[in-house]
Amino acid sequence: MANLYNDNKDLKFHLTHPMMQKLVMLKERNFTDKADFDYAPIDFEDAMDSYERVLEVVGEISGDIIAPNAESIDAEGPQVVDGRVIYARGTQENLDALIKAGLLGITLPRRFGGLNFPIVPYIMAADIVSRADAGFVNIWGLQDCAETLNEFASEEQKERWLTRVVQGETMAMDLTEPDAGSDLQAVQLKATWSESKGTWLLNGVKRFITNGDGDIALVLARSEEGTRDGRGLSMYVYDKRKGGVSVRRIEHKMGIIGSPTCELVFKDAPGELIGNRKMGLIKYVMALMNGARLGIAAQAVGISEAAYREALQYAKERAQFGKTIIHFPAVYEMLSVMKAKLDGSRTLLYETARFVDLYKTYQHISEERKLTTEERDEMKEYQKLADIFTPLVKGISSEYCNQNAYDAIQIHGGSGFMKDYAVERIYRDARITSIYEGTTQLQVVAAIRGVTTEGYLKQIRVYEKQDLRPDLEKYRRVLISLTWDFEEAAEKVINVGDTEFIDFHARRLVEMAGYIIMSYLLVLDANRDIEYSRSAQNFNKMAKGEVKARAEFIRASSLEDIGHYKY
Amino acid sequence: MKGLKIIVLAKQVPDTRNVGKDAMKADGTVNRAVLPAIFNPEDLNALELALRVKDQIPGTIVTILTMGPGRAAEIIREGLYRGADGGILLTDRAFAGSDTLATSYALSQTIKEMGKFDLIIAGRQAIDGDTAQVGPQVAEKLGINQVTYVEEILQIEKSSIKARRRLDNGVETVKAPLPLLLTVNSSAPDCRSRNAKLLMKYKHARTVTERQDAAEDYLYLYDSRPFLNIQEMTVNEIQSTPEQLGLAGSPTKVKRIENVILQAKDAKRLTAADEGINDLMKELIESHVIG
Repeated sequence: MANLYNDNKDLKFHLTHPMMQKLVMLKERNFTDKADFDYAPIDFEDAMDSYERVLEVVGEISGDIIAPNAESIDAEGPQVVDGRVIYARGTQENLDALIKAGLLGITLPRRFGGLNFPIVPYIMAADIVSRADAGFVNIWGLQDCAETLNEFASEEQKERWLTRVVQGETMAMDLTEPDAGSDLQAVQLKATWSESKGTWLLNGVKRFITNGDGDIALVLARSEEGTRDGRGLSMYVYDKRKGGVSVRRIEHKMGIIGSPTCELVFKDAPGELIGNRKMGLIKYVMALMNGARLGIAAQAVGISEAAYREALQYAKERAQFGKTIIHFPAVYEMLSVMKAKLDGSRTLLYETARFVDLYKTYQHISEERKLTTEERDEMKEYQKLADIFTPLVKGISSEYCNQNAYDAIQIHGGSGFMKDYAVERIYRDARITSIYEGTTQLQVVAAIRGVTTEGYLKQIRVYEKQDLRPDLEKYRRVLISLTWDFEEAAEKVINVGDTEFIDFHARRLVEMAGYIIMSYLLVLDANRDIEYSRSAQNFNKMAKGEVKARAEFIRASSLEDIGHYKY
Repeated sequence: MKGLKIIVLAKQVPDTRNVGKDAMKADGTVNRAVLPAIFNPEDLNALELALRVKDQIPGTIVTILTMGPGRAAEIIREGLYRGADGGILLTDRAFAGSDTLATSYALSQTIKEMGKFDLIIAGRQAIDGDTAQVGPQVAEKLGINQVTYVEEILQIEKSSIKARRRLDNGVETVKAPLPLLLTVNSSAPDCRSRNAKLLMKYKHARTVTERQDAAEDYLYLYDSRPFLNIQEMTVNEIQSTPEQLGLAGSPTKVKRIENVILQAKDAKRLTAADEGINDLMKELIESHVIG
């Protein structure tokens, strides 16, 4: 089959973004690892070449193994036998192929056996694997958890745990419980220190845990007896080899069926404390969730890609009324809008990944040496951007992938409703992306800070100042006008001085910012490569309509309105 | 158990699996310019069997031996990316025009220079010639046992190997003493993918000739990283008689080449019911298309 990296030139385009030079130099600490590791890059070009070659391997495995297995995994699903999860045959085959190819621990430092890749190529790998099988990506993508260990565990703990992850042990993040879903402050699973055993013991139930029978799990548990909120929670790492956790059942889901969603019972399961007590939720889970959210955004973009390609191919082949349906305005418009949404969410994904990369890399450098004032300011700047862009891209790309999956089925007509075509599975798989790792509504709660603190506006101004080819000027003019609308709307909502009024309009405001930002990014992409002019144009037109509609809604809205919606 | 010394015979071939209309030149020879050069598929199966032995028995050394033009060094790099320990490119104008006899002569003379070995594994046949002769001929010339059409190595003992052969009408399990040559079918497991770390480690690996020819940016690496040197051997490094090499050593003569065009002559319409399918099955069995 096709190589899913090589057959999609959008990936190389985003991989070779001009900001990569700076990012790679920092990530590789000016290429000092080459003295100690024979696979470390010699210079910038060598590093980029390595990323590309490794992504080609990801693309090959995705095309030859993962995509062909997707259908049987969806039909077969995982099972629970004696409290343990048995993956579907294809899932194990996918995982074995990726482990043999050394594709676990992609972002981890070389001293633990990782590849020390920046987040951008890692996210790109997730984008590729998701296109092949969105259900499978969860199991492989949980290597994200190792990044949290790398950030907060002690050197000795990292040595023990991370080296196992790069060998191919899978991970899980055990956070949610029956009564603690979106509201993790309500977590009840108990952690008690056992003096006799010299370890923390975990007792309780976790629910909706992806890959819950993974080899190494990060567990959020209540270590402070008598507390009720987030400040009583700590983070533990649990080793499946030690025992104490059994899988009670796996959920029967609508989509991502290959990914086992487990209910876990902890009975005196030994746990090892990570970092400091009481920081579990407020610090470590927040970091964990931000990484996971970026991963879901990549998953959503990969699904959008798959949906778009299925729809495009079908529209080119299916003939009705004497011509292939791609020649009907109703169909080609739908396809072009799908492509614009795909391109818009992908460019936002990689912009966000670069911000996260830069801030995390500075953070790791700060553990090795004192940052200069300039570097520290930059780190803070990128951290702020990462914090407001992550929920934005998670929210928007997951909504778009659902819209694209919906339209892909629409283009297939009656056939799309049948089990015979891949779009049916893609549609079911898409649905979870706007729910887990925080619903779109919760992403808005996080993203609204970007509106109230003017973080988005500031970044929009940065894009506004970029040099453009003359033919792209017209889009900038539109976007400047849309930015006025956005500013006016935000100002009006904030000036009412009522938090419920802000919450009521939050999604509208965040989406306005999103449309403007994605439209700018696509214009900048078109400036770098003329290939993107089409999506830049189509997205710009759509953005204008969508932003204006929201601006009108807010203009005509007052505090009294809310009453008409309330129950 | 002590590690084995394994030689994998591999060939770079034009990808004949997806041939377009310009795949053959007017004179009936293969138009290599339009067909991408790839690792012969069954040689990849052979490499996988060798790497599985290496996974199982630590200390096993897998060396790839390939004969071909300078660009066939790519085959060795592809092998290194997947876990081979080293490779030799046998390359010389003296080998040009070799048929299977001259090829197996050159390969076996090279193997004699490579020192003691336990196992030679080769693909059953190459997709550009489909002769399936080189492997068996190498075994004959080295005077060792051979097991052909292998799909799995079942057991490795100190001085023997048990393997399963895939034949037309079933499978056969055989045991043979070392040293031994195996040829491997495509029914053997697919070769593993390139490994990310090995890919990054060996991507600058070059033969001496490649280093001379290319404007290589990383020349200075070769002194500090000896594993980046791909060994090249020429006719001067093996014992050979010129009459047995290349065109002179190749008794095969191509008499004539013809293009065979398979055409559907007439179509048959079936009723979409069990009856129609039954009739078709009967007809196919009677005409010996199947069964």
